[in-house]
Amino acid sequence: MDHLLNVTTGLSILLLIIVLVSVRRAHIRVEYSVSWLIATSAMLALSRARPVLDAVRRLIGLPDTPLTLFLLAGGVLLIMFFRFSVIISHLRDDNIALAQRVAILEYHLRSFKNHEKQEA
Amino acid sequence: MTPAANPDSLLVIVPAFNEQDAIAGVVQSVHQHVPGVPVLVIDDCSADDTILAARQAGAEVLALPYHLGLGGCVQAGYKLAYELGFEYVIRVDGDGQHDPRDIPRIFEKLKSSGCEMVIGSRFVVENGSRTGAVRSLGIRFFRLVLRPILGKPVHDPTSGFVGVNRKALGVFSRTFPLEYPEIEALVVLQRRRFRFEEVPCAMHPRTTGRSSITALKSLYYIFHVLMGVFVNVLKFDRRALRAPRRRPPGSGAGG
Repeated sequence: MDHLLNVTTGLSILLLIIVLVSVRRAHIRVEYSVSWLIATSAMLALSRARPVLDAVRRLIGLPDTPLTLFLLAGGVLLIMFFRFSVIISHLRDDNIALAQRVAILEYHLRSFKNHEKQEA
Repeated sequence: MTPAANPDSLLVIVPAFNEQDAIAGVVQSVHQHVPGVPVLVIDDCSADDTILAARQAGAEVLALPYHLGLGGCVQAGYKLAYELGFEYVIRVDGDGQHDPRDIPRIFEKLKSSGCEMVIGSRFVVENGSRTGAVRSLGIRFFRLVLRPILGKPVHDPTSGFVGVNRKALGVFSRTFPLEYPEIEALVVLQRRRFRFEEVPCAMHPRTTGRSSITALKSLYYIFHVLMGVFVNVLKFDRRALRAPRRRPPGSGAGG
């Protein structure tokens, strides 16, 4: 079991590094990296704090400590997916409104040019 | 294309996606049956010459920069019509299935009834219009679902041949379903206590192109529209609660 917790520690550190490097290279915006940083830090802390993990396991009533860790990680991931779905939905709405506005402005511009041509 | 200072200004909008073979016929037919009424083709980023064909046929074109889907396409037309100050807008599909001869009847109904939306319906009276078995089943299903929500029967909830007045135009230019909008749009109107009427219309079989709703998409369509309907029903609208319920004309004395 300790070996499994060591693996999750390694994975958490790897993910933490990937997120930090991505932020540094501007592949991911800072505001969207916060959720990942919090999740990976929490996973790292839980992997190294066995008593805390055991306390959580007893609280939830699960038979296995690693299962508790994976359940928590899964829960956090679900919340993050939901958060990103909300963000994507907003972006899609904004994008559609923007495309419609571009089309309408182009329409006005074309009308204006045609009007000028007719007057000239 | 500017509406005269006319309380009855009408715009015909035609959403189109890859309809280069049909669009010119639709535009010319609209001009023939409602002369003097501007036609706006909203091109949903077609890969063919839809824009050119529409312009050559005498239509104005609103060209979207990328493919938005039917709802986003129609809403762009509603937004422009609202900005330009039109009082009435009638939507005709770009595939030639709707008969522009029915436009004057929809327009008259919009003006005389004072209701916010008029639907050109294939099933108000038997007019020989035929639909596929799956689609027919879907229409029957949504009639049943919508009956208690709308408070009155709707014969052809999937019809895209609709006319709206400026009040509905204002709402649709802000809120309009993006995919498969016809059924959800009815619920959006109902949430604002708006009214709709149906007038009998003919529908021609599609002669060019393909329907966007394939057999496989039908299940997704039903699920998606059901979700959209119930989400709209659950939306809490303070304005609707504050507004007094409007009595439809001829629904009894008093009030």
